[in-house]
Amino acid sequence: MVRLNINGKSIDVDVEADTPLLWVIRENVGLTGTKYGCGIAQCGACTVHINGVATRSCGMQVSEAVGKQITTIEGLAKNGAQHSVQKAWIENDVPQCGYCQSGMIMAAAALLKEKPKPTDADIDAAITNICRCGTFQQVREAIHMAAKSA
Amino acid sequence: MNFIPKMNRRSFIVGTAAAGGGLAIGFDLPLGGPQVIRAADDSPELTAWIVIRPDDTVVIRMARSEMGQGTITGLAQLVAEELECNWSKVTTEYPTPGQSVARKRAWGDFSTGGSRGIRMSHEYVRKAGATARTMLVQAAANQWKVQPAECVAANSVITHTGSGRKVTYGKIAEAAAKLDPPKDVTLKDPKDWKIAGKRLKRLDTAAKTNGKMIYGADFKMPGMLNAAIKQCPVFGGKLASFDEAKISGMKGVKRVVKVGDNAVAVVADTWWHAKSALDKLPITWDEGPNAKVQQAAVNARLKAGFDAEQAFVGNKNGDAKAALAGATKKVEASYAYPWLNHAAMEPLNATALYTPDKCEVWCGTQNGEAAFAATLAASGLPANNCDVHKLMLGGGFGRRGAFHDYVTQAVLIAKQMPGTPVKLLWSREEDMQHGAYHPITQCKLTGGLDADGNLVALHARISGQSILTSVRPEALVNGMDPATFQGFAATGEAAIGYSVPNLLVEHAMYNPHVPPGFWRGVNVNQNAIYLECFMDELAFEAKQDPLEFRRKLMSKHPKHLGVLNAVAEKAGWGKPAPQGIFRGIAQHMGYGSYVAAVAEISVIDGNKIKIHRIIGATDPGFAVNPAQIERQIAGSFVYGLSALFHGECTVKDGRIVQDNFDSYNSMRISEMPKVEAIVMPTGGTPWGGVGEPTICVAAPAVLNAYFAATGKRVRSVPLKNEKIYFA
Ligand code: FES
Ligand code: FES
Repeated sequence: MVRLNINGKSIDVDVEADTPLLWVIRENVGLTGTKYGCGIAQCGACTVHINGVATRSCGMQVSEAVGKQITTIEGLAKNGAQHSVQKAWIENDVPQCGYCQSGMIMAAAALLKEKPKPTDADIDAAITNICRCGTFQQVREAIHMAAKSA
Repeated sequence: MNFIPKMNRRSFIVGTAAAGGGLAIGFDLPLGGPQVIRAADDSPELTAWIVIRPDDTVVIRMARSEMGQGTITGLAQLVAEELECNWSKVTTEYPTPGQSVARKRAWGDFSTGGSRGIRMSHEYVRKAGATARTMLVQAAANQWKVQPAECVAANSVITHTGSGRKVTYGKIAEAAAKLDPPKDVTLKDPKDWKIAGKRLKRLDTAAKTNGKMIYGADFKMPGMLNAAIKQCPVFGGKLASFDEAKISGMKGVKRVVKVGDNAVAVVADTWWHAKSALDKLPITWDEGPNAKVQQAAVNARLKAGFDAEQAFVGNKNGDAKAALAGATKKVEASYAYPWLNHAAMEPLNATALYTPDKCEVWCGTQNGEAAFAATLAASGLPANNCDVHKLMLGGGFGRRGAFHDYVTQAVLIAKQMPGTPVKLLWSREEDMQHGAYHPITQCKLTGGLDADGNLVALHARISGQSILTSVRPEALVNGMDPATFQGFAATGEAAIGYSVPNLLVEHAMYNPHVPPGFWRGVNVNQNAIYLECFMDELAFEAKQDPLEFRRKLMSKHPKHLGVLNAVAEKAGWGKPAPQGIFRGIAQHMGYGSYVAAVAEISVIDGNKIKIHRIIGATDPGFAVNPAQIERQIAGSFVYGLSALFHGECTVKDGRIVQDNFDSYNSMRISEMPKVEAIVMPTGGTPWGGVGEPTICVAAPAVLNAYFAATGKRVRSVPLKNEKIYFA
């Protein structure tokens, strides 16, 4: 049994300690907003926040997440209010298929927390997620938009 | 947008009483009038496409699939335009293929590929909107005992102009549904559009920003188990044996099952357990003769096709060979284009529930009817005992259209566990190594210039794979695959934009064992590189500006020329580029749309390319949502440029080498150029598509700019093989 703190709630899950956090979140906790894209920390679809830091959950064993604050896309809005990144995403009509966007949004939110007014170079360095639909132009605009609104 | 799956069998209930040919859903039989077909919530249908609820909500049903391209929003705009409804009250849903079959294909074709979603259905969906509006107006006029011509419909309200009386769609829908639909309706002139043609927001965005959108991989049912699969790594090989005893005690494992003749799956409580056990399962494959196939041999065979005696002729005028022999200058070059994997972000998956008299599937698919057919075939059950429930696709790009191997497998697994729903999810590795790959081809081009540098002859010999031979042999024409000539054809939706006095375009077919498929853009990807890079070579040899050289050949192709001129003008072609910036240009046609691009790049150390901007233009005839078209242009460039720089699947011992995004890379935001889109519809019929056409001009524009910058021609992609990378 492993005790996790996900989106502010404490949850006990019956999993092996070496299970990737991604699969615990998706299958045991049942939050499917965090996506599987590669399983080898290449694509970023599984990005969550661990103590506020953008982390690829497919590459982290669940045991390493014990005692830390895990935030998934479902927990990004606070008290029903959308995060500024989510608002900018909607305003700028960013998602196409949307499958990569949970990870993209979590990476963008973590970037803005660290650098409230990121430059294009900051975005290039921090957002390394793959989007096969090719939403990068909208992603960049939306990050700047969210930075302005915050 | 209503993509959230419902657990009941049907999202609206199909009754068993057949009436009027279609299976009605619960219906009234008012004295004299036609029966009213009702949705599950009892709201009436006005045509199969539209349900109007008492609260004025308009439910628009669409058969085509949303996979990110925005087709559902665009189609809803077209319906809403003619319906004259309040856009903020619009929601959409999918009919199932089973419902469609039961109602004689009331919603038309489900297939969502070939950039067809809007261009092939705009007329009948607009008619559905106009039909429903006519019925609503008639019902209001009947109620007021006035002429329909005295009533106007706008924003979901009907007003009698004389008296000012008003009624909302929600209030009059019941009465309207009891009327006979008009025999004929007139569609609006697109210049009067208020909803269609506008930069409206997509209908499905919110759920894609908060984790709520349910993709196939996210689908859950009570009691559901999860399956992981391994298929014979060599195409055409078979499963010989596996040693179940080695893993049967592993945590969560429920069953180990053979799937068809080439795969084995582990079914477990969670997918992670299934996958972990599968990785430990000893499996023996019967790899068959293809296990000896190596990439070098494939490449050699492709090259041999340049001189093969037998070749299909796709386009011909004049006598190219004679004209080449007599030309002042002969230019010759050969190009190569590799296999590519679709690599949609969401790996393939499907959930199936089988009982001896019923089989249902939940999945993302570009073609609900093809998924349905796969379900019938694999389950062995008749059509009225099966159905497919479409979920959001995490990308399609062609992989989820013509191929439903993942559906077949899910059903074959579920069939071995009747009553238990099973979700099959491919690992990324399976997805990469069991694709339906962009066909591999090479092309040798020979051009002849006269003393004044005019192009007098062009001979293009394509050598390589045919998609239709393997996927849709019934579409071959005396053995020839017409799709091979996309962008080289004399006429049609992918016609060449140049008038060359002596032209010969041929295809020497060679089909290696790696299965080919439709990959976003299909054959325009390589053909645009072949033709447009070679035009650049010819212009250089003729000592002419690449734009001017093209223009001279395009006077009979005004629409091709239109987009080419548009990108040239916006780029300031002919004026000097900023210091260190080099330009390349390309144009092409595909899927009924005319497309062109200018790329502006700089090159560091001779091999690191920074693409600063790409100007892309498209003329699709009509633009239903320019904002979404701009996104398709930018997005298609990402897909095309990812292929240009990184993309390649190669074969070793009969299997695909690349197995994940570390060996099959995809472009990132840091590599993204600024895309300036020009959407310039010039009308006409038929309409053109937007999801694919622009993809093909990015690569030749960049390659031509690279030549301008370095004097080096790269004729074989991806660029990584030439040690050329993104800066
Ligand atoms: S699934 Fe974790 S990075 Fe791709
Ligand atoms: S929106 Fe489809 S992969 Fe990014």
